[in-house]
Amino acid sequence: MTAPESHAPADNGALAPSKPASNKERMLIERVAMPEQPGAVRAHNFGEVNQGLTYQLAMLEAERCIQCPKPFCVDGCPVRVNIPRFIKFLRDGEIAQAAESLLDDNALPCVTGRVCPQETQCEQVCVRNKKGNSVAIGYLERYVADWAQANMDKLPKFEPALTGKKVGIVGSGPAGLTAAGELAKRGHDVTVFEAFHAPGGVLIYGIPEFRLPKDIVQAEVERLKGMGVKLELNSVVGRTYTIPELREEYDALFLAVGAGLPVFMNVPGENFKGVYSANEYLTRVNLMGAWNPDSQTPILHGQRVAVVGGGNVAMDAVRTGRRLGAAEATIVYRRSATELPARAEEVHHAKDEGVRFEYQVAPVEVLADENRWVTGLKCVRMELGEPDASGRRRPKPIPGSEFVIECDLVVVAIGTKANPLLTGSAPELKVNEYGYLLADEYGMTSMPGVFAGGDIVRGAATVILAMGDGKRSAVAIDSWLNGAWPPPPESGAKKPEKEAAVAGN
Amino acid sequence: MHPIVEREQLSPNVTRLVVEAPRIAKVRRPGQFVIVRKGPGSERIPLTIADNDPDTGTITLVIQAIGRSTTELTSMQVGESISDIAGPLGSETHLVRSGHAVCVGGGVGTAVLLPIVRALSAVGVHVTSVIGGRSKDWVILERELSELGDVVTCTDDGSYGRHGFVTEALKDLLEAGGVDAVYAIGPVPMMRAVSEMTLPYNVPTTVSLNAIMVDGTGMCGGCRVTIDGETKYACVDGPEFDAHKVNFRELSDRLTTYRTFEQQAMDKLGACATTEVKA
Repeated sequence: MTAPESHAPADNGALAPSKPASNKERMLIERVAMPEQPGAVRAHNFGEVNQGLTYQLAMLEAERCIQCPKPFCVDGCPVRVNIPRFIKFLRDGEIAQAAESLLDDNALPCVTGRVCPQETQCEQVCVRNKKGNSVAIGYLERYVADWAQANMDKLPKFEPALTGKKVGIVGSGPAGLTAAGELAKRGHDVTVFEAFHAPGGVLIYGIPEFRLPKDIVQAEVERLKGMGVKLELNSVVGRTYTIPELREEYDALFLAVGAGLPVFMNVPGENFKGVYSANEYLTRVNLMGAWNPDSQTPILHGQRVAVVGGGNVAMDAVRTGRRLGAAEATIVYRRSATELPARAEEVHHAKDEGVRFEYQVAPVEVLADENRWVTGLKCVRMELGEPDASGRRRPKPIPGSEFVIECDLVVVAIGTKANPLLTGSAPELKVNEYGYLLADEYGMTSMPGVFAGGDIVRGAATVILAMGDGKRSAVAIDSWLNGAWPPPPESGAKKPEKEAAVAGN
Repeated sequence: MHPIVEREQLSPNVTRLVVEAPRIAKVRRPGQFVIVRKGPGSERIPLTIADNDPDTGTITLVIQAIGRSTTELTSMQVGESISDIAGPLGSETHLVRSGHAVCVGGGVGTAVLLPIVRALSAVGVHVTSVIGGRSKDWVILERELSELGDVVTCTDDGSYGRHGFVTEALKDLLEAGGVDAVYAIGPVPMMRAVSEMTLPYNVPTTVSLNAIMVDGTGMCGGCRVTIDGETKYACVDGPEFDAHKVNFRELSDRLTTYRTFEQQAMDKLGACATTEVKA
């Protein structure tokens, strides 16, 4: 981790760039590159890949923003961060104000600065993207957020007027934590229930250390605790407590349990030893620390790892396999490179680390030796036909094209679905045919005062979309608690237009 | 934190711990389990809840020291605390409401059986418990079970009770007739043998599967078992299943996944742990 503790010219003696006088000059500045660990080195360690911008790089990049009067980037952001405002503070040397501005809009900026698919959100609609490269908004967000995390004492102390209203939040992933922060900010008494022994949800068990260091997530949670948010760990809502029980104790509930159930391929041999769901593989490595040889939690170290899927979770799994010592780590994806749902940066990083990509290939059987240990993945080649409902071309098997990818570990990362554990404990909660919770435009479920957001409503999507739900629902819950229902239309509580969700986090 | 309030050595490698867990003690049902993590760096392991006392807010865990994690847990003393206990997890036992039930327990499985026997007895079912161990020292909970119904105790070496395996005693009961249900909990080979034995008699048989788990909520899929050709999760769909539909071969096989790792972990623990277990 390279949180900039001081915000000043770095030790190499170079000075900040001279201030450009006009937007014309700004347009001439090239987008900075993120300093990163070289691929060949990082393929063998769990240290963070992106090292964060230096002071010079951050100040240079901040100068590239032309401060549009009508900034499209804000509309492109699911949590509506006022991007030009924090960049302007940064550029003017007011980093504490930049941090304050960012934290006011975004409860977890250290996280989003690392894992957001900026290229399809804020940076995609940045006017500079039309001619050349967008402002590196994600890099700047991370720079300011990391500074804030290291310098909380330099930020104003948080002291809202307490309302005495109690809100229970189920799930401590990105949606739950965001809602917790927003509600605490409004003076409500917030308790977050988490099934695991550590908070963070997918940020802790799913996204690997090399992409999102766990001490960063812990520090974000500590900051929320400092705002009065309480955590109740090891609480499996649906088993330890039921929804009706919690509803009685709390003035409002927010359900953000994610889409926890792994999807398997449903091919023969899937229960042989050496086949993991991505959830299990990543949880063992991340939450349970199995990447560390001293960990008491075991993990199988494949020499040849095949990961099925093309989303961010698949990239996380295959890069983890490489780091755990696999000489060969392969992505097995049924469509072509253009359809890969993973963030561009993750694909690029995986390739740099020596990950192989097998496109237009689908597994048909897992092969094993006489002791039922995996020896290979039998696949069939696919051709792409007409676009399907998702707009992507539908893959079709090519008869007679079967072949075997030799491997000793298979990780299945083809998506997740709703876990019925929670919804099953409250039959009055309406779900759709896939088991996802039905919520109205304010995030309210069929039970009055019970709101929901994140993957348990929208299906497997991204960290930032879940955070957007958390933020919108918090605004709506605040209105509900204050008896100002429905929320005013300008409150930001309204669900935005349907976003294109991509698989994984 | 969950302080240990009582500790008892039941057999050379089976320990009974009574720990504070008020919420779980209040809501748990027979057949349910908890996931226990001793402390930072420890593994998460599933353990069936052997008993609960809502008044004192405690649950009873009966643990067999078989690997590093269980050995560390069973070495804990009264006053020490377990860092994390999540639950109650899994579905509750499907109990028959009348007639004669035979409950077969092998080793530490007998402890898992106890709450089932208690629940059956409470609704008026006639229970015969068939329990076993390799010798007298390995037989556990005989007194508690005898307070709830008949008990047939077997030892492999004949040092106590009937000489032979629990399955032989079960066969006699099945031959005598009038058995309405069988509950069998113990090592996989024992459950498999029980299942094969009751099948021709057409007696509904329930087993509790001790699959490998991480979260216990259906999230990891590590505990997947094949039931009647279909994949199920032991943690949420079970842990108890219709024995006649279980693919025991696959279960036994999957349980060996981390054997090498477990051996190395035990080696690391070293001689002090061995002394502890023998004590």
